[in-house]
Amino acid sequence: MSVLVVKNVSKTFTAGGMFRAIGKNKRAVDHVSFCLDAGETLAIVGESGSGKSTTARLAMRLLQADSGCIEWNGIDITALGGKTLRQRRNHIQMVFQDPFASLNPRMKIWETVAEGLRVHRSDMSKKQRRNLVAETLHLCGLDAAGMDRYPHQFSGGQRQRIGIARALIVEPAVLVLDEPVSALDVSVQAQILNLLKELQEAKGLAYLFISHDLSVVSHIANRIAVMFDGRIVEQGSAAEVFEHPHHPYTRALLDARPILHPSQRQIRKSGDNHGDKTGEGIAATGCAYQLRCPYASTDCATFDGQLNSLGFACLHPLPETK
Amino acid sequence: MLEIHHLSLSVSIEGRRVEAVSSVSLQLEAGRVLGLVGESGCGKSLTAQAILRLGEHQGVEKSGGDILLDGSSLFGVDDELLRRIRGGRISMVFQEPMTALNPVFSIGSQITEVIRLHLDMDKQQANARAIQLLRDVGMQDAEQILKQYPDSLSGGMRQRVLIAMAMAADPDYIIADEPTTALDVSVQKRIITLLLNLQKKRNLGLLLVTHDFGLVAEMCDDVVVMYAGQVVEAGKVADIFDYPAHPYTRALMGCRPEISTAGESLTVISGQVPSPGYWPQGCHFAERCSLARHDCMEKPVTAACWQQGEHIARCLHVDEHVDELGRDSPA
Repeated sequence: MSVLVVKNVSKTFTAGGMFRAIGKNKRAVDHVSFCLDAGETLAIVGESGSGKSTTARLAMRLLQADSGCIEWNGIDITALGGKTLRQRRNHIQMVFQDPFASLNPRMKIWETVAEGLRVHRSDMSKKQRRNLVAETLHLCGLDAAGMDRYPHQFSGGQRQRIGIARALIVEPAVLVLDEPVSALDVSVQAQILNLLKELQEAKGLAYLFISHDLSVVSHIANRIAVMFDGRIVEQGSAAEVFEHPHHPYTRALLDARPILHPSQRQIRKSGDNHGDKTGEGIAATGCAYQLRCPYASTDCATFDGQLNSLGFACLHPLPETK
Repeated sequence: MLEIHHLSLSVSIEGRRVEAVSSVSLQLEAGRVLGLVGESGCGKSLTAQAILRLGEHQGVEKSGGDILLDGSSLFGVDDELLRRIRGGRISMVFQEPMTALNPVFSIGSQITEVIRLHLDMDKQQANARAIQLLRDVGMQDAEQILKQYPDSLSGGMRQRVLIAMAMAADPDYIIADEPTTALDVSVQKRIITLLLNLQKKRNLGLLLVTHDFGLVAEMCDDVVVMYAGQVVEAGKVADIFDYPAHPYTRALMGCRPEISTAGESLTVISGQVPSPGYWPQGCHFAERCSLARHDCMEKPVTAACWQQGEHIARCLHVDEHVDELGRDSPA
């Protein structure tokens, strides 16, 4: 059974408040569906504004979807609210991008990590809570001796470990990781990615991994969903998507990965690279990617953008072999 | 030529003056791209900012060495000349395009301000030049962009505007401090291509400050690797990638997720960069180095204690590591 199922979920943001007069509605997520099993990692990749973070927040029920339904462990929680929802929240927890902004600077580390226990384990005594915090910090590779310190006394990598400990302490089945390493140095990135892998193997956690960086994703994901302008434009196993991308946007993301050695500069230049001829916008009708797409033709303007049975939404897919 | 000679910088931490950059030397020539590489806290940004004498108001002081622009010291110039050098001869592109632009002035007024500060132009001429600059950085609807404010532009567009501003007075050198780190991967590539095209077309000397060896592989001709305030390795880009001599360079390259096999653990560097004031007496990297010996800890290690042509490394044991590390590329 899937620990998380998202069915046909949509969300539109309406401009409100002071800017109501000039604002437009923004369709952030448009009929997105996926499921996630225990022990696996689904990565949602896409650029800023593609709706990947909104999708994660909908799946966590931090936001209420306009339509569609969300199941945690087979139970439809779309309509739940208030206390009932809060009590189920330990099923799915989140690790945020910026370890400098996501920890309360005025709370001691142990208080931050133990916060979830107030709701989910209110029976525990302070001593029991402190013991559990120490254990969880240790699991995340931190010395429990630092639990009475404040966030500013820790480095970025250590803070991210604290963020992971805070999420893990209520024993979730699903972790939502929203760009968990993109604010970190390369060397620290590797430490955090390794830690996430170890935790997944030890606890059978399911990860919903949000990122714009395919070289990070290639390391951790079993399956990949590529989002563009609120829709999934391609999905499949990580191996398939990396080896045989169908959608031109997926290919563009793959091409944007850093090269390994200066000798590859030439290869890339002579390669199939239409990057500079294309524009930057998003089309209002038809395939949203057509303005940037080197293969776009007139029929793309009326394309409905539905995923086909092979898992991509494109009328002019790339040939099977490179 | 822009030369840094044995530059040392000190900062004030908790009332104490401590050395944050220690005897750093590098040369940037016109028409070349130099990568200054290292983790956060290695002193690479401080070094880069010192070229424009930024940071002096935040308590960064020069404690030794010199910076020469075409042979004359940048520390000897008066304020008026310094103002003309900043932007006129050497300009800077910052990391955060979201904070480097002033939100209450239009793009046009911010670009023409730079143009009129450095070039003898009236409003109309400056406007025409601003439009040309924006076209050069790939913004086709330049007239429209001039009237807009930073908040209506995306991160990639703002970075283009900042590059246009850096180009405004036709400088000879550009310092780019993590110019793509805050951007999406797909936008990063466009900005890299843009910077490289402009650099070639105008024969600029480009100093790229970064922690990302992928960017170095893509852009640089020469590389200087810094660790805890010191240069630990320097050389031509091909030499550095073919034969990284310093264990730190190797470790930093090895961490990159794109070089390791999917499913396997990534290589990590244990521990963290020691803060200024807490540098060890011997090799600064020794306590994180898996190959460190007893003599590494004893006394300071000289800058070029290993040398092969222009390729230098601050490591006592490069030749002994050769067998262990292999001569081929780290991938």
